[in-house]
Amino acid sequence: MTDPILSLRNLSVTFDIRPRGAWPWTQPLKLHAVSDMSFDLQPGECLGVVGESGSGKSTLARAIVGTVPSSGGQINFEGHDLADMTPRQRRVHRRDVQMIFQDPLAALNPRMTVGDIIAEPLVTHEPNVSRADRKARVQDMMQRVGLLPNLVNRYPHEFSGGQCQRIGIARALILKPKLLICDEPVSALDVSVQAQVVNLLRELQRDMGLSMIFIAHDLSVVKHISDRVVVMYLGRQMEVGEAQTITMRPEHPYTQALIASVPIPDPVLERKRARRTLDGELPSPISPPSGCVFRTRCPKAQPSCAKAIPPMLEVAPGHLVACPYHEPENVLAVSA
Amino acid sequence: MPAYSSDAERLIEVSHLAEVQGRSLWADARSRFVRNKAAMAGAFILIVIAFFALFGQLIAQYERDMIDFTLIGANMQKGVPSIETGHYFGTDSSGRDLFARVVQGTQISLMVGIVGALVAVIVGTLYGAVAGYAGGRTDDVMMRLVDVLMSIPFMFVLILMLVIFGRSIFMLFLGIGLISWLDMARIARGQTLSIKNKEFVEVAHATGVAPFKIIMRHIVPNLLGIVIVYATLLVPQMIIFESFISFLGLGVQEPNTSLGALISQGASNMAYGVLWQLFFPLGFFVLTIFGFFFVGDGLRDALDPKDR
Ligand SMILES: Nc1ncnc2c1ncn2[C@@H]1O[C@H](COP(=O)(O)OP(=O)(O)OP(=O)(O)O)[C@@H](O)[C@H]1O
Ligand code: SF4
Ligand SMILES: [Mg+2]
Repeated sequence: MTDPILSLRNLSVTFDIRPRGAWPWTQPLKLHAVSDMSFDLQPGECLGVVGESGSGKSTLARAIVGTVPSSGGQINFEGHDLADMTPRQRRVHRRDVQMIFQDPLAALNPRMTVGDIIAEPLVTHEPNVSRADRKARVQDMMQRVGLLPNLVNRYPHEFSGGQCQRIGIARALILKPKLLICDEPVSALDVSVQAQVVNLLRELQRDMGLSMIFIAHDLSVVKHISDRVVVMYLGRQMEVGEAQTITMRPEHPYTQALIASVPIPDPVLERKRARRTLDGELPSPISPPSGCVFRTRCPKAQPSCAKAIPPMLEVAPGHLVACPYHEPENVLAVSA
Repeated sequence: MPAYSSDAERLIEVSHLAEVQGRSLWADARSRFVRNKAAMAGAFILIVIAFFALFGQLIAQYERDMIDFTLIGANMQKGVPSIETGHYFGTDSSGRDLFARVVQGTQISLMVGIVGALVAVIVGTLYGAVAGYAGGRTDDVMMRLVDVLMSIPFMFVLILMLVIFGRSIFMLFLGIGLISWLDMARIARGQTLSIKNKEFVEVAHATGVAPFKIIMRHIVPNLLGIVIVYATLLVPQMIIFESFISFLGLGVQEPNTSLGALISQGASNMAYGVLWQLFFPLGFFVLTIFGFFFVGDGLRDALDPKDR
């Protein structure tokens, strides 16, 4: 195996929360957005990250990009720890790791033309490129993501959601980065457009040899594009494994519940299936449950689950589950 | 976007289309503004007043500081506004041509308003944007300073300054420049706080764009709408402010004058029946103020983010 391009070791991110009206000298509360995440990403691999809203997926992405500081653990990008990079290495990191966002319009400055938006990373990192070259590269990139190159002088509000997402993708890829982080890139798009954008990303990933982290709140999109999947709950990883394994034979109760809560489009299959929805609310990340964080909603919870945080057990090579009471469940034998 | 029925058609379309010029948000706002009648009337009034201030001296028949001694004491009879004598707006109580003086008064008043607004736009916007974007302790310190400056009764300080250092236009501009940016800084900071959480700012930050460039490229252009609206509403405020100082007799010094000073003189001579001495400067004052308010209102509607 080659060296991983990205490796996380026990990464934690906490936010200081000051309750309203608290004295300035009282200790702020700690919000645990991401706790104890560890995984490796191989060059050219696509890793899916799934979890409910509020499980810390975006925070994880931001920590890897470097826009929120980590509060513990390490993020190694190409062997360098993000926390103690030299300014030079940091520059390289900033150009080699790019991100695209959930809300495609909000990610584009409404006062800039599409051409200027896509060119911004280029202007920042290669200021010596001539105007003509820059324009050629921008238009080339636009073509690659499926935008008409003669629209360079248009403004973001003149485009549809799917087109805005393509603009975001063009901007992220113009510097030929090594790692692309997609934070729910299709959740805000029409279903008909979602597939187009996912296919485009898959195509670009293959052509450019990108490593990718693809975030989504359920497995339905992720399983098409990812090689491996990390399932997150309340900032912690619950299960890691091959996309095929996670979708077909999940072992962690949370993954099983997550899959079961998504309806199947086929009504016959849907009726056959034992539906278990996720009851209750996501607990507050300010005071997460002791022991296993999922125990407040887990159908298999035991008294011992409250005692200690369950370690990641390797149930098969490359398949890790954070639950001692795991058992395989063939979720959808029929449709497989 | 036209719908393309086939790839071939799309290709033909591509080769035929020249680069399309997009419609910026500014262009949208401009067309909305042009459709607003009150705002256009305001803009028209302001243009006429600006022309009057710039070129009025050319049609004035008298120098503004020429005292016609034959008129002193006989103002009520001989100083009446008339086309024949060339005193279009009549004369003031010292026998000076009121037309020429109103031209100069308008000049000074407009200048006070515009300088005040410019200082506010440049200093206030940058100050607020930097404070808001930096956040944390820098923001705290910078905004507390604004609070402190705001809590000083500036009218009082300015009057003291004018009394101690002598009355001069420079002092007046200094005083107005000192206060005008404070509100603007607060407004700009508030807006910056919401803009900096937008994802396009995060992208720029993640890509490694330098903080100052982020402020100039991503924050300030998105602030500009509200800044322009506030600036046009600030101009009349500054004019009123100057007029008040001049009304107290502390503003512009003779032989120079401003609308406020002229109104003050006109008001004190009202009892002698020379009402034109009050009405001409007052008319220009009111028209200018209304013009700016209408334009400001129109800009606010045109640039309103709700419509986007
Ligand atoms: N800047 C911040 N300051 C304080 N708390 C934050 C901040 N950003 C995120 N959080 C909190 O961290 C937790 C995880 O948020 P995050 O946005 O990472 O979740 P997510 O999995 O991306 O959710 P979604 O699917 O809704 O995007 C949430 O409880 C959120 O309120
Ligand atoms: S450790 Fe216990 S509570 Fe957590 S998932 Fe397993 S069974 Fe459920
Ligand atoms: Mg998110």
